[in-house]
Amino acid sequence: MAETPVLELRGITKRFPGVVANDRVSLDLMPGEVHALLGENGAGKSTLMNVLYGLYHPDEGEILVKGEKLSLGSPKDAIEHGIGMVHQHFMLIPVMTVAENVVLASEPTRGRVLLDYGEAARRVRELSERFGLAVDPSAKIESIGVGQQQRVEILKALYRGADILVLDEPTAVLTPQEAEELFEVIRSLTGQGKSVIFITHKLHEVLEVADRISVLRRGKLVETIARAGATEETLARAMVGREVLLRVDKKPAAPGEPLLVVEDLHVVDLRGLEVVRGVSFDVRAGEIVGIAGVDGNGQAELIDALTGLLRSTSGHVTVGGTDITHATAKRVLDVGMGHIPQDRQHRGLVLQFSLAENLALHDYDKKPDSNFGWLHPRVLIARARALLRDFDVRGGGPMTRASALSGGNQQKVILAREIERNPRVLVAAQPTRGLDVGAIEFVHRRLIEERDEGRAILLVSLELDEVVSLSDRILVMYEGRFVGEFGPDVTEQQLGVAMIGGTVKEAAA
Amino acid sequence: MIDPADKEPPVDEAPSAIDRLALSQRAGGVVTPIITALIAFMVGGLVVLASGSNPFSTYKAIFNGTGLDWFFRFGHHHIDLPFTHQRVAFWWDTGSLAASNLQQTLLLTTPLILCGLAVAFAFRCGMFNIGGEGQYIVGSIMAVWIGSSFLKMNGPLHVILAIVVAAVAGGLYAGVAGFLKATVGAHEVISTIMLNWIAIWVGSWLFGLGGPLQSHANGAAVPVSNDIAPGAHLHVFWGDPILQGLHIGLFVALGALIVYWVTLNRTTLGYQVRAVGFNPEAARYGGIGVARNYFRAMMIAGAFAGLAGAIDILGWEFRLAVNDIQISNIGFIAIAVALLGRNTAVGVFFSALLFGALLNGTSTRNLDPTIFRPDLASNLTLIIQGLVVLFVGADVLVLWIWNQRRRLRIRGGAAPAAEAVETP
Repeated sequence: MAETPVLELRGITKRFPGVVANDRVSLDLMPGEVHALLGENGAGKSTLMNVLYGLYHPDEGEILVKGEKLSLGSPKDAIEHGIGMVHQHFMLIPVMTVAENVVLASEPTRGRVLLDYGEAARRVRELSERFGLAVDPSAKIESIGVGQQQRVEILKALYRGADILVLDEPTAVLTPQEAEELFEVIRSLTGQGKSVIFITHKLHEVLEVADRISVLRRGKLVETIARAGATEETLARAMVGREVLLRVDKKPAAPGEPLLVVEDLHVVDLRGLEVVRGVSFDVRAGEIVGIAGVDGNGQAELIDALTGLLRSTSGHVTVGGTDITHATAKRVLDVGMGHIPQDRQHRGLVLQFSLAENLALHDYDKKPDSNFGWLHPRVLIARARALLRDFDVRGGGPMTRASALSGGNQQKVILAREIERNPRVLVAAQPTRGLDVGAIEFVHRRLIEERDEGRAILLVSLELDEVVSLSDRILVMYEGRFVGEFGPDVTEQQLGVAMIGGTVKEAAA
Repeated sequence: MIDPADKEPPVDEAPSAIDRLALSQRAGGVVTPIITALIAFMVGGLVVLASGSNPFSTYKAIFNGTGLDWFFRFGHHHIDLPFTHQRVAFWWDTGSLAASNLQQTLLLTTPLILCGLAVAFAFRCGMFNIGGEGQYIVGSIMAVWIGSSFLKMNGPLHVILAIVVAAVAGGLYAGVAGFLKATVGAHEVISTIMLNWIAIWVGSWLFGLGGPLQSHANGAAVPVSNDIAPGAHLHVFWGDPILQGLHIGLFVALGALIVYWVTLNRTTLGYQVRAVGFNPEAARYGGIGVARNYFRAMMIAGAFAGLAGAIDILGWEFRLAVNDIQISNIGFIAIAVALLGRNTAVGVFFSALLFGALLNGTSTRNLDPTIFRPDLASNLTLIIQGLVVLFVGADVLVLWIWNQRRRLRIRGGAAPAAEAVETP
């Protein structure tokens, strides 16, 4: 190699009790390069980057920045050597301005005591102009969007003199348009000599933005390849270790009678704001209706109102002709609605419960699980054993705590519980959030199978490609209303425009 | 479904990782309380040292005062078999001084188990019941009231009536806090603390000067209740009834431990309690009434504490004085019992025994004044109690120390090679 790498990781090994999170991983990063780190959840990407940033002390290995050895386990040293990290969850103070957040912890001062606001704002403006990161330095963080907040995080790292930027799953919170803008920013950064490590599990992003791609699987580096030689299929195979079906195979839907009917539903959230403002739709037997939209446009509250977890203020909901408008969660379950909740760890599972107990969450008080208030653990365990086998849950048996399973297997447990009750309507909220390619494939295939069994499925997802590939009809939700209905042949661009409030006509133009 | 053909071969490291994690959690479950207690005793030893005594001989004297040394004094003795007139050989001397010390320790352990369960049950439903003391006092008051009324009643019936009324009253009293949490979201810590003060001062008034339950036998000057009927006394099965022997209330407490475990683990009620305690949002999603469970769990918790109050009255106190109410701290020690016992039945038993022994061992009656000043000794119990609460809150710290210790061992023994690589 002609150039010397700006960063070298050599033989990094990090062990946690019982797990080798990184097994002799070696990477290098060239000046001006975008190096993508690809891998499933739990493959060791985040561990590796935390080692780089000094948050973890590796058991073996060394890190060189511009040929100089980095003292391991010290974030201070990492920052001084020009390593900057943008975490998936932003670490910003909402009530402070952009400039104040950027200069935090190394503020320009006047007389060593007073913060020099003018100087801070000037420096931030200078940085943002230089790298094409348009942000208003005097805006409060709480008043700007997620995409802008991410830019502030990048500015923070640049302000501290970062030459090497680590972006941890940066597109997870962005709309397709915002992601496109981020890629522009990344190109502008590398154009000026900065180097970027881009962590993701989304294949098409890698192919769009990376120069080289390193794939991690179970803590080991599988391969490092140039973008030119890579396709989505080869990357997926490297990530998962076997052939993966990236496109969902499905027959055209054969919709039957409407099973879930919603009429003019209004919902007020806990702050007293009307977040669902008159929504009407139906879902028929044997079809998947997808709801697309940017997070926070009323999807979560709509689902809570349908499933009895939040009281609607007006309107009607019926399942198979039975009115469940103001029914309790228990009644909604018993009428034949299954619910795969958006947040599987905080809502879908009791993590400290065993899998057998979790699988009984809806039916623990009915025969044969219990009798006159007396629980039958053996029945729970026997049923759990059968379900875990049917749904191919790996990593534990009926007595394993739910917290010990990986995200994908946790989701399979929830799927098993909801589908086993044979619901007529299945509400799936972000069913693949945070799952890896293999698990996503499983969940998608299973949802299609359930559709073909004649269930009515309502899918709510922030992942556009998921909505597009699974749904037979797509509704776009914006500020509590449906602003468009599309068929399965819609493009992501059309949906993206509708999601930010553009009309269907604009989308067509 | 995934075709069996393309299933990966089972990864041999995955199950062992889970097994090891589970093992370390289980080990941590036993190890941390023991370390917690040891640290508390060590710091307590420093306090003893600072006050000018020898911590080792002090702890030895305290241990001998607890009567737990009884178990280590074997010999050839005899014991009466219950319900017969036979005597059989027995390893231990049931009539020794150590035996009578042990009886006192177990007398104190009994209410600590029950009040510990009161705190633990609420904990399992995600609530911190500081009100064990108030619920205990309400139970005591009810037991005194029932016990000193209905003097003609059949003995066993009288006992059962007093116990049931006390448990129900304790439950209803705690239920107030549960009801407030369930309906308006009032935090149970605040409301149970307030309920403690109400119980203490209402109790003081009831038996105080001119109060409705004050005894008239000694004139109006002595703030004490009437004695309960002799028929309502609990049977003393070990030791001399006149010298405060051990009564059958101990078996009620042991039974309560079993009831606690069975309720939590084998009933739908316990399933709901644990689901709400671990994750109220998931419980709500699963169709479980969260507010209803707060109310119900608090009532059950209060019933345990009320039971404790009744058993102390019927077992050895027989009357209640204003002074008893104001200096009692069983309900507060019970918090340390539940915390140290990690809210499990077995854990509550052993930590109640530990605190019962400490209370008894440091009492002025048992501790030799030449070894440690007896007026300071009971403060030692309070110091250890406080340290336990402090360290249980910091069990993460304790686990960290434990893991450091293990890491040191690994570093020292197995990984000199890694050290060599790291040094430049």
